[in-house]
Amino acid sequence: MSDSKKRSGLTLILVGIVAGIVLWGGFNTAMEMTNTETFCISCHEMEQTVYQELQETIHFTNRTGVRATCPDCHVPKEWIHKFVRKIQATNELYHKVLGTIDTPEKYEAKRLELAQNVWRSMKKTDSRECRNCHKFPSMDLDRQAPRSSEQHDQHYWDAVDGNEPQKTCIDCHKGIAHSLPEGFDPNAEY
Amino acid sequence: MKKIALLTLAAIATMFLSTAALAEVQSLRGDALDTMAKKPANMKIVNIKGGIARSFKLQPPMVPHEVDKYEINLKNNGCMKCHSDETYEKEKAPKVGDSHYTDRDGKVLKTISSRRYFCNQCHAPQVGADPLVQNNFQGAK
Repeated sequence: MSDSKKRSGLTLILVGIVAGIVLWGGFNTAMEMTNTETFCISCHEMEQTVYQELQETIHFTNRTGVRATCPDCHVPKEWIHKFVRKIQATNELYHKVLGTIDTPEKYEAKRLELAQNVWRSMKKTDSRECRNCHKFPSMDLDRQAPRSSEQHDQHYWDAVDGNEPQKTCIDCHKGIAHSLPEGFDPNAEY
Repeated sequence: MKKIALLTLAAIATMFLSTAALAEVQSLRGDALDTMAKKPANMKIVNIKGGIARSFKLQPPMVPHEVDKYEINLKNNGCMKCHSDETYEKEKAPKVGDSHYTDRDGKVLKTISSRRYFCNQCHAPQVGADPLVQNNFQGAK
Protein backbone atom coordinates (compact mmCIF):
# COMPACT_ATOMS: atom_id res chain seq x y z
CA MET A 1 0.00 0.00 0.00
CA SER A 2 1.38 3.40 -0.89
CA ASP A 3 1.91 6.15 1.64
CA SER A 4 -0.82 8.39 0.22
CA LYS A 5 -3.34 5.59 0.30
CA LYS A 6 -2.42 4.83 3.89
CA ARG A 7 -2.81 8.49 4.77
CA SER A 8 -6.20 8.83 3.11
CA GLY A 9 -7.36 5.71 4.92
CA LEU A 10 -6.24 7.20 8.23
CA THR A 11 -7.93 10.50 7.42
CA LEU A 12 -11.13 8.65 6.64
CA ILE A 13 -11.06 6.89 9.98
CA LEU A 14 -10.32 10.15 11.80
CA VAL A 15 -13.10 12.00 10.00
CA GLY A 16 -15.40 9.09 10.75
CA ILE A 17 -14.60 9.21 14.46
CA VAL A 18 -15.06 12.98 14.68
CA ALA A 19 -18.27 12.87 12.67
CA GLY A 20 -19.49 10.01 14.82
CA ILE A 21 -18.87 11.91 18.01
CA VAL A 22 -20.52 15.07 16.69
CA LEU A 23 -23.54 13.28 15.21
CA TRP A 24 -24.01 10.98 18.17
CA GLY A 25 -23.57 13.82 20.63
CA GLY A 26 -25.93 16.01 18.65
CA PHE A 27 -28.52 13.29 18.48
CA ASN A 28 -28.29 12.62 22.19
CA THR A 29 -28.46 16.33 23.05
CA ALA A 30 -31.54 16.73 20.88
CA MET A 31 -33.14 13.71 22.50
CA GLU A 32 -32.34 15.04 25.97
CA MET A 33 -33.92 18.35 25.03
CA THR A 34 -37.17 16.55 24.41
CA ASN A 35 -36.74 14.92 27.80
CA THR A 36 -37.39 18.00 29.89
CA GLU A 37 -40.53 19.20 31.56
CA THR A 38 -40.31 22.53 29.76
CA PHE A 39 -40.56 20.64 26.51
CA CYS A 40 -43.48 18.52 27.69
CA ILE A 41 -45.56 21.45 28.87
CA SER A 42 -44.78 23.56 25.84
CA CYS A 43 -47.94 21.90 24.47
CA HIS A 44 -51.11 23.23 26.03
CA GLU A 45 -52.54 19.71 26.00
CA MET A 46 -50.14 18.83 28.79
CA GLU A 47 -49.77 22.22 30.45
CA GLN A 48 -53.45 22.91 31.05
CA THR A 49 -54.45 19.47 32.22
CA VAL A 50 -52.07 16.95 33.73
CA TYR A 51 -49.40 19.48 34.69
CA GLN A 52 -51.91 21.50 36.70
CA GLU A 53 -53.03 18.35 38.50
CA LEU A 54 -49.48 17.26 39.21
CA GLN A 55 -48.80 20.46 41.12
CA GLU A 56 -51.36 19.50 43.74
CA THR A 57 -49.72 16.18 44.48
CA ILE A 58 -46.85 15.02 46.65
CA HIS A 59 -44.72 14.43 43.56
CA PHE A 60 -44.62 18.19 43.07
CA THR A 61 -44.98 19.77 46.53
CA ASN A 62 -43.77 18.04 49.64
CA ARG A 63 -41.76 18.59 52.79
CA THR A 64 -38.31 17.89 51.33
CA GLY A 65 -38.57 19.94 48.16
CA VAL A 66 -37.50 17.06 45.93
CA ARG A 67 -39.85 16.71 43.01
CA ALA A 68 -40.50 14.56 40.01
CA THR A 69 -40.73 16.04 36.53
CA CYS A 70 -42.75 14.52 33.68
CA PRO A 71 -39.92 12.44 32.18
CA ASP A 72 -38.93 11.05 35.58
CA CYS A 73 -42.08 8.93 35.51
CA HIS A 74 -42.95 8.79 31.84
CA VAL A 75 -39.61 8.22 30.12
CA PRO A 76 -37.34 5.29 30.98
CA LYS A 77 -33.86 6.13 32.21
CA GLU A 78 -32.01 3.34 30.47
CA TRP A 79 -30.90 4.31 27.03
CA ILE A 80 -32.43 1.55 24.94
CA HIS A 81 -35.84 1.78 26.62
CA LYS A 82 -35.72 5.54 26.37
CA PHE A 83 -35.01 5.28 22.65
CA VAL A 84 -37.95 2.93 22.12
CA ARG A 85 -40.21 5.28 24.07
CA LYS A 86 -39.06 8.22 21.97
CA ILE A 87 -39.93 6.36 18.80
CA GLN A 88 -43.39 5.63 20.21
CA ALA A 89 -43.70 9.33 20.94
CA THR A 90 -43.93 10.05 17.23
CA ASN A 91 -47.51 8.81 17.56
CA GLU A 92 -48.06 11.60 20.06
CA LEU A 93 -46.76 14.12 17.53
CA TYR A 94 -49.19 12.74 14.96
CA HIS A 95 -52.11 13.25 17.32
CA LYS A 96 -50.83 16.70 18.23
CA VAL A 97 -51.14 17.60 14.55
CA LEU A 98 -54.57 15.97 14.34
CA GLY A 99 -55.64 17.88 17.47
CA THR A 100 -57.02 14.73 19.09
CA ILE A 101 -56.97 16.19 22.60
CA ASP A 102 -56.58 19.90 21.93
CA THR A 103 -59.44 21.03 24.17
CA PRO A 104 -60.06 20.16 27.84
CA GLU A 105 -63.33 18.50 26.79
CA LYS A 106 -61.62 16.27 24.24
CA TYR A 107 -58.98 15.50 26.82
CA GLU A 108 -61.54 14.42 29.40
CA ALA A 109 -63.30 12.23 26.88
CA LYS A 110 -60.00 10.43 26.19
CA ARG A 111 -58.64 10.43 29.72
CA LEU A 112 -59.61 6.89 30.68
CA GLU A 113 -58.10 5.47 27.50
CA LEU A 114 -54.89 7.49 27.89
CA ALA A 115 -54.58 6.55 31.55
CA GLN A 116 -55.09 2.90 30.72
CA ASN A 117 -52.26 3.08 28.20
CA VAL A 118 -49.91 4.34 30.89
CA TRP A 119 -51.13 1.82 33.48
CA ARG A 120 -50.69 -1.02 31.03
CA SER A 121 -47.14 -0.10 30.12
CA MET A 122 -46.19 0.44 33.76
CA LYS A 123 -47.58 -2.94 34.68
CA LYS A 124 -45.64 -4.51 31.83
CA THR A 125 -42.34 -3.05 33.04
CA ASP A 126 -43.04 -3.83 36.71
CA SER A 127 -43.32 -0.07 37.39
CA ARG A 128 -39.75 0.48 36.27
CA GLU A 129 -39.95 4.25 36.36
CA CYS A 130 -41.37 4.30 39.90
CA ARG A 131 -38.49 2.16 41.03
CA ASN A 132 -35.91 4.58 39.67
CA CYS A 133 -36.55 6.42 42.94
CA HIS A 134 -38.65 4.14 45.15
CA LYS A 135 -36.73 1.01 46.07
CA PHE A 136 -38.01 -1.54 48.53
CA PRO A 137 -34.63 -2.19 50.21
CA SER A 138 -34.44 1.51 51.05
CA MET A 139 -38.02 1.72 52.22
CA ASP A 140 -38.38 1.95 56.01
CA LEU A 141 -41.85 0.63 56.71
CA ASP A 142 -41.63 1.73 60.34
CA ARG A 143 -41.60 5.31 59.19
CA GLN A 144 -44.75 4.89 57.16
CA ALA A 145 -48.29 5.48 58.30
CA PRO A 146 -49.82 2.30 59.71
CA ARG A 147 -52.08 1.73 56.73
CA SER A 148 -49.19 2.11 54.30
CA SER A 149 -46.80 -0.18 56.15
CA GLU A 150 -49.45 -2.88 56.48
CA GLN A 151 -50.15 -2.81 52.77
CA HIS A 152 -46.48 -2.72 51.80
CA ASP A 153 -45.23 -5.37 54.21
CA GLN A 154 -45.79 -8.47 52.11
CA HIS A 155 -44.43 -6.85 48.93
CA TYR A 156 -41.46 -5.50 50.81
CA TRP A 157 -40.44 -8.97 51.92
CA ASP A 158 -41.09 -10.43 48.49
CA ALA A 159 -38.71 -7.86 47.05
CA VAL A 160 -36.06 -8.22 49.74
CA ASP A 161 -36.16 -12.03 49.65
CA GLY A 162 -36.11 -12.02 45.86
CA ASN A 163 -39.48 -13.75 45.45
CA GLU A 164 -41.69 -13.31 42.45
CA PRO A 165 -43.58 -10.02 43.00
CA GLN A 166 -47.34 -10.49 43.33
CA LYS A 167 -48.12 -6.89 42.60
CA THR A 168 -46.44 -3.90 41.10
CA CYS A 169 -46.60 -0.26 42.23
CA ILE A 170 -49.18 0.85 39.67
CA ASP A 171 -51.61 -1.91 40.71
CA CYS A 172 -52.53 0.18 43.74
CA HIS A 173 -51.02 3.60 43.12
CA LYS A 174 -53.21 4.83 40.30
CA GLY A 175 -54.12 8.48 39.99
CA ILE A 176 -51.46 9.60 42.43
CA ALA A 177 -49.93 12.29 40.23
CA HIS A 178 -52.92 13.17 38.05
CA SER A 179 -56.68 13.06 38.53
CA LEU A 180 -58.30 9.70 38.05
CA PRO A 181 -60.50 9.40 34.96
CA GLU A 182 -64.22 9.61 35.31
CA GLY A 183 -65.70 6.16 35.65
CA PHE A 184 -62.61 4.69 37.27
CA ASP A 185 -63.52 1.49 39.08
CA PRO A 186 -61.15 0.63 41.96
CA ASN A 187 -62.10 -3.03 41.70
CA ALA A 188 -61.52 -3.43 37.98
CA GLU A 189 -58.38 -4.84 36.42
CA TYR A 190 -56.85 -2.32 34.07
CA MET B 1 -81.26 62.21 97.10
CA LYS B 2 -79.88 59.31 99.04
CA LYS B 3 -80.91 56.97 96.23
CA ILE B 4 -79.04 58.99 93.59
CA ALA B 5 -75.91 59.06 95.70
CA LEU B 6 -76.09 55.30 96.19
CA LEU B 7 -76.57 54.67 92.48
CA THR B 8 -73.64 56.89 91.58
CA LEU B 9 -71.49 55.08 94.07
CA ALA B 10 -72.56 51.73 92.67
CA ALA B 11 -71.80 52.91 89.11
CA ILE B 12 -68.31 54.08 90.09
CA ALA B 13 -67.64 50.81 91.89
CA THR B 14 -68.73 48.80 88.84
CA MET B 15 -66.46 50.87 86.59
CA PHE B 16 -63.45 50.25 88.82
CA LEU B 17 -64.17 46.59 89.11
CA SER B 18 -64.62 46.08 85.38
CA THR B 19 -61.35 47.89 84.57
CA ALA B 20 -59.64 45.66 87.08
CA ALA B 21 -61.30 42.64 85.52
CA LEU B 22 -60.25 43.70 82.02
CA ALA B 23 -56.64 43.98 83.11
CA GLU B 24 -56.90 40.37 84.24
CA VAL B 25 -58.24 39.12 80.90
CA GLN B 26 -55.97 36.59 79.26
CA SER B 27 -56.44 34.99 75.93
CA LEU B 28 -56.73 31.22 75.86
CA ARG B 29 -53.59 31.01 73.76
CA GLY B 30 -51.63 32.87 76.43
CA ASP B 31 -50.90 35.97 74.37
CA ALA B 32 -51.38 39.49 75.69
CA LEU B 33 -54.38 41.16 74.09
CA ASP B 34 -52.42 44.04 72.64
CA THR B 35 -49.72 42.00 70.91
CA MET B 36 -49.69 39.82 67.87
CA ALA B 37 -50.64 36.21 68.41
CA LYS B 38 -47.88 33.63 68.34
CA LYS B 39 -47.54 31.63 65.19
CA PRO B 40 -49.57 28.48 65.63
CA ALA B 41 -47.56 25.30 65.89
CA ASN B 42 -47.40 23.19 62.76
CA MET B 43 -49.55 20.28 63.83
CA LYS B 44 -49.46 16.99 62.00
CA ILE B 45 -52.53 15.00 61.08
CA VAL B 46 -52.68 11.96 63.34
CA ASN B 47 -52.88 8.38 62.14
CA ILE B 48 -54.75 6.36 64.72
CA LYS B 49 -55.06 2.64 64.22
CA GLY B 50 -58.55 1.36 64.86
CA GLY B 51 -60.14 4.77 64.46
CA ILE B 52 -61.34 7.42 66.87
CA ALA B 53 -64.23 6.58 69.20
CA ARG B 54 -67.44 8.53 68.78
CA SER B 55 -68.19 11.19 71.38
CA PHE B 56 -71.92 10.99 70.99
CA LYS B 57 -74.45 8.78 69.32
CA LEU B 58 -74.82 9.38 65.57
CA GLN B 59 -71.66 11.46 65.46
CA PRO B 60 -70.05 11.28 62.02
CA PRO B 61 -66.86 9.35 62.81
CA MET B 62 -63.70 11.40 62.60
CA VAL B 63 -61.06 10.44 60.06
CA PRO B 64 -58.12 8.72 61.78
CA HIS B 65 -55.68 9.23 58.91
CA GLU B 66 -54.29 11.76 56.47
CA VAL B 67 -56.49 12.65 53.54
CA ASP B 68 -54.43 15.11 51.54
CA LYS B 69 -53.74 12.60 48.80
CA TYR B 70 -57.39 11.98 48.04
CA GLU B 71 -59.46 14.28 45.95
CA ILE B 72 -63.20 14.62 45.85
CA ASN B 73 -64.47 16.18 42.67
CA LEU B 74 -67.13 15.83 40.04
CA LYS B 75 -65.41 12.87 38.43
CA ASN B 76 -64.08 10.98 41.39
CA ASN B 77 -64.35 10.51 45.10
CA GLY B 78 -61.01 9.37 46.51
CA CYS B 79 -62.54 8.19 49.81
CA MET B 80 -64.68 5.68 47.96
CA LYS B 81 -61.57 3.93 46.68
CA CYS B 82 -61.54 2.16 50.04
CA HIS B 83 -64.75 2.93 51.91
CA SER B 84 -67.30 2.03 49.24
CA ASP B 85 -69.61 -0.94 49.35
CA GLU B 86 -67.55 -2.77 46.72
CA THR B 87 -64.09 -2.13 48.15
CA TYR B 88 -64.28 -1.96 51.93
CA GLU B 89 -63.70 -5.68 52.46
CA LYS B 90 -60.63 -5.85 50.30
CA GLU B 91 -59.17 -2.69 51.80
CA LYS B 92 -60.20 -3.57 55.38
CA ALA B 93 -61.77 -0.13 55.71
CA PRO B 94 -64.98 0.80 57.52
CA LYS B 95 -67.89 0.83 55.13
CA VAL B 96 -69.82 3.99 54.42
CA GLY B 97 -73.11 3.86 56.34
CA ASP B 98 -76.17 2.51 54.56
CA SER B 99 -77.90 5.84 55.14
CA HIS B 100 -75.39 7.33 52.69
CA TYR B 101 -76.80 5.21 49.88
CA THR B 102 -80.33 6.47 50.14
CA ASP B 103 -81.65 9.59 48.50
CA ARG B 104 -84.04 12.01 50.15
CA ASP B 105 -87.03 9.94 49.11
CA GLY B 106 -85.65 6.89 50.86
CA LYS B 107 -84.76 5.15 47.62
CA VAL B 108 -81.69 2.91 47.92
CA LEU B 109 -79.05 3.77 45.36
CA LYS B 110 -76.18 1.76 43.85
CA THR B 111 -73.64 4.50 44.34
CA ILE B 112 -73.25 6.98 47.15
CA SER B 113 -76.02 9.55 47.33
CA SER B 114 -75.14 12.96 45.97
CA ARG B 115 -76.23 14.58 49.21
CA ARG B 116 -73.55 12.57 51.04
CA TYR B 117 -70.92 12.91 48.35
CA PHE B 118 -68.60 15.41 50.02
CA CYS B 119 -67.26 13.25 52.84
CA ASN B 120 -65.19 15.97 54.48
CA GLN B 121 -68.24 18.11 55.11
CA CYS B 122 -68.89 15.91 58.14
CA HIS B 123 -65.83 13.67 58.54
CA ALA B 124 -62.70 15.56 59.46
CA PRO B 125 -59.13 14.38 59.96
CA GLN B 126 -57.64 15.36 63.31
CA VAL B 127 -54.35 16.96 64.32
CA GLY B 128 -52.42 15.97 67.42
CA ALA B 129 -53.30 19.16 69.28
CA ASP B 130 -54.35 19.31 72.91
CA PRO B 131 -57.53 21.25 73.66
CA LEU B 132 -56.86 24.87 74.61
CA VAL B 133 -59.04 24.49 77.67
CA GLN B 134 -58.90 21.24 79.58
CA ASN B 135 -62.21 19.66 80.38
CA ASN B 136 -63.49 16.38 81.71
CA PHE B 137 -66.05 15.64 79.05
CA GLN B 138 -66.79 11.95 78.67
CA GLY B 139 -68.06 10.74 75.34
CA ALA B 140 -70.95 8.35 74.95
CA LYS B 141 -69.78 4.82 75.45
